[in-house]
Amino acid sequence: MLTVSHVGRRFPGGIEALRDTSLRLSKADFVVLLGPSGCGKSTLLRLIAGLDQPDEGNLTWDGGPPAPGDIGYVFQDATLLPWATAEDNVFLPLRLRGVSREAAMPQVHSVLRRVGLNGFERARPRQLSGGMRMRVSIARALVTRPRLLLMDEPFAALDEFTRHRLQEDLLEVWRLAGCTVVFVTHSIYEAAFLARRIVLMTPRPGRIDREIASTLTTGPETRLDPAYAALVAEITHGMEAALQ
Amino acid sequence: MNATSRVRLGMKFAPALFGLLALALWEAAVRIGDVPVYQLPGPIAIIGAFVADPVGLLQALASTLLVTFAALFAAAVLSLAMALAMSASQLAQAAIQPWAVALQVTPLPAIAPLIIIWVGQPFVALVVCATIVAFFPLFANTATGLASAPPELNDLFRLYGASRWRTLALLRLPAALPYFLAGLRISGGLALVGAVVAELVAGSGGFASGLAYRILEASFRLEMPRMFAALVLLALAGILLNFGLGALGQSILRRRT
Repeated sequence: MLTVSHVGRRFPGGIEALRDTSLRLSKADFVVLLGPSGCGKSTLLRLIAGLDQPDEGNLTWDGGPPAPGDIGYVFQDATLLPWATAEDNVFLPLRLRGVSREAAMPQVHSVLRRVGLNGFERARPRQLSGGMRMRVSIARALVTRPRLLLMDEPFAALDEFTRHRLQEDLLEVWRLAGCTVVFVTHSIYEAAFLARRIVLMTPRPGRIDREIASTLTTGPETRLDPAYAALVAEITHGMEAALQ
Repeated sequence: MNATSRVRLGMKFAPALFGLLALALWEAAVRIGDVPVYQLPGPIAIIGAFVADPVGLLQALASTLLVTFAALFAAAVLSLAMALAMSASQLAQAAIQPWAVALQVTPLPAIAPLIIIWVGQPFVALVVCATIVAFFPLFANTATGLASAPPELNDLFRLYGASRWRTLALLRLPAALPYFLAGLRISGGLALVGAVVAELVAGSGGFASGLAYRILEASFRLEMPRMFAALVLLALAGILLNFGLGALGQSILRRRT
């Protein structure tokens, strides 16, 4: 679906965020970019989204560049419009594409139901918990039925229980939506639980050190599975090697 | 009634009780000290001055408030237009900002005579003067508000291919609304101050209409109770304006969120 070839990005002031980074994303993939803070994970995500341009290398999309709505983006904070209801926040991407409210509402309500927010359509962000706000943010990213869902440490600010619940729900949503997910995190446990492919990145300048494939069949019991513990150990060793 | 309710009730009436006590002390001090009325009139004499000519004083207040509201409206429109221009173009920002600051730091009494001479029409001249005083807080607040949306939301609008106008209408203007309303409340008081200062300057040049002119006239005639009555009306108008604009802002924001 997308090929990232030898991409490099240097910021004003000479900070080299990414160097010679290559990655291939396939349809319905779930890729986790894992690495310490400042290793260029978010930069790579912004380059994939087209919010930033590489200084070196290029990104090639199969079947042409993405149209607005082909990419969904979930930020670390929910970043909702504080004056709008959950429904209106989710409606926003469709509204920006010129879809009428009447035509959009069935899809908006369907995606809100899918993320477990049935009954909260008219709630304002300040009336929702942190986890619920993040669910609205995920619903907003899914409402355009994107080919690619980019998630930049979306659960980092949430408590452990909410994070586990959202991780499980995200996998369910991903299976139903069938889109490709690129998920940024610096949590080894989160990476092991979510990913089909774990991409380990080195500290600045960020590069891809290695990839680890996961064959776990993830579900609520996975965290107690010895195979999960083994995967966490494998990622931990890989990360230690990448950091050296 | 429990202790919390009593404290809350006390807090509610404390300003009025404190004011009444101060007025009583003032009246007592004037009477006991036998202070001449042309030096410091007591509250009863001031009320007497108002009762002697309520229509004249209230008409003057209406004239001052008309200038105030016209200036506030003009300042709101101008500040919004200039803040929008600044947020749309860095060139406009570089061009506008120093002049806006220059306008803010120039004392109105220094330029009011010039404005009154140049503009000619007295009402318009007063509105121009008051607008200059009211402009800056509204302008600065609106400009800050237009830039206040989180960068992630700006990125989101870019990601979905939103035009500049759609981003302005759906993100930047709604984000700026609380800032604009806060600026409106500050500028309301300043517009009244600007109107009074301009009226004082214009009044000394022979233009008679507003409450400031009544103050000037009363001071020339040593009619101190009338002068104080006009001052009290001005203070009350300022308080009501501040509360009114605050309530308007809260009501708009409450309806929105």
